[in-house]
Amino acid sequence: MLCFLPMSASGGPRGAPKEPIVFENPQVEDDYLELAEELRCLVCQNQNLIDSNAELADDLRREVAKMLKKGQTKEQVKVFMVDRYGDFVLYNPPFKAQTILLWAGPFVLMFWGLFAMLKKIKADKAENNADSSELSAEEKEKLQAILKNK
Amino acid sequence: MKKQFMTPLIIFGLLVILLVVGLMKAQYIRDVPSPLIGKPAPQFSLPTVIEPQQVFSNDELKGQVSLVNIWASWCVSCRAEHEILNYAAQKEGLKIYGINYKDEMDDARQWLKNRGNPYVKSAFDADGLLGIDWGVYGVPETFVIDTEGNIRYKHTGPIYIQDLKNIIIPCIESLKSGQGEKCEK
Repeated sequence: MLCFLPMSASGGPRGAPKEPIVFENPQVEDDYLELAEELRCLVCQNQNLIDSNAELADDLRREVAKMLKKGQTKEQVKVFMVDRYGDFVLYNPPFKAQTILLWAGPFVLMFWGLFAMLKKIKADKAENNADSSELSAEEKEKLQAILKNK
Repeated sequence: MKKQFMTPLIIFGLLVILLVVGLMKAQYIRDVPSPLIGKPAPQFSLPTVIEPQQVFSNDELKGQVSLVNIWASWCVSCRAEHEILNYAAQKEGLKIYGINYKDEMDDARQWLKNRGNPYVKSAFDADGLLGIDWGVYGVPETFVIDTEGNIRYKHTGPIYIQDLKNIIIPCIESLKSGQGEKCEK
């Protein structure tokens, strides 16, 4: 069991409630919101920074805001996070050898499915065509019998 | 005709194997892989818990094989781990440095007074910024540092006695005498 950085007040690090994060430049605020959506909260692993109330998420949000306010680019902030927490911190993992199955897998499956479907359609068509060719002698007789009865 | 049914079945089987392996791994490896392994320890220079006028910096980690343990008095699992750290420092003679993470100075001192102090010294990281540099996401976390001051191993969560004996001590020994080949997971 890890002592996950606490999500509730009990048993957590003490301290006064923190100031909200305020931006003067709307562009910086946009960048901040975009990053906080894309960066993962390491504690509650299926939340991003903006959704999470965990202590660590708050610290990381503040760090992101601080860096952006200092004029660093979004790319620099991402590199900062990846250097410390690895690709895991990104909700949008980069394309590399380890993630090739993740990124290419769905397309491979889709093309395989399309290919199989086309092949099947073609085969069915060929079969249908074969069926609809000339009636056999037996069939002609049957047909005549039905027509005569009428 | 038979082959037509076999192909999806085989693919389904492969997917099941993939998922089962993933689930089994996830059960044992909950750790986020650290990108810091093999890299120099983050730079820092902070006051220590016992003597705030004293400064503890990453340069002190060079020239020896040591452990860096992230701890806090509010961390319940650190309590379980503390006995192991005391044992490691006293009986196994390991050099353990601490980083006191997002704590109150008084609480941290009280903790060391009550439970014993296995640390050579502990840096006082009140706002947790050093913790971010170390990629900390759950306390306690422990790092093995080689003589060059590089991080060679990371343990997330409390160290149990079997972790100490089976992983951490062999890693430290192999760093002291060789290349640290025992430090890989």
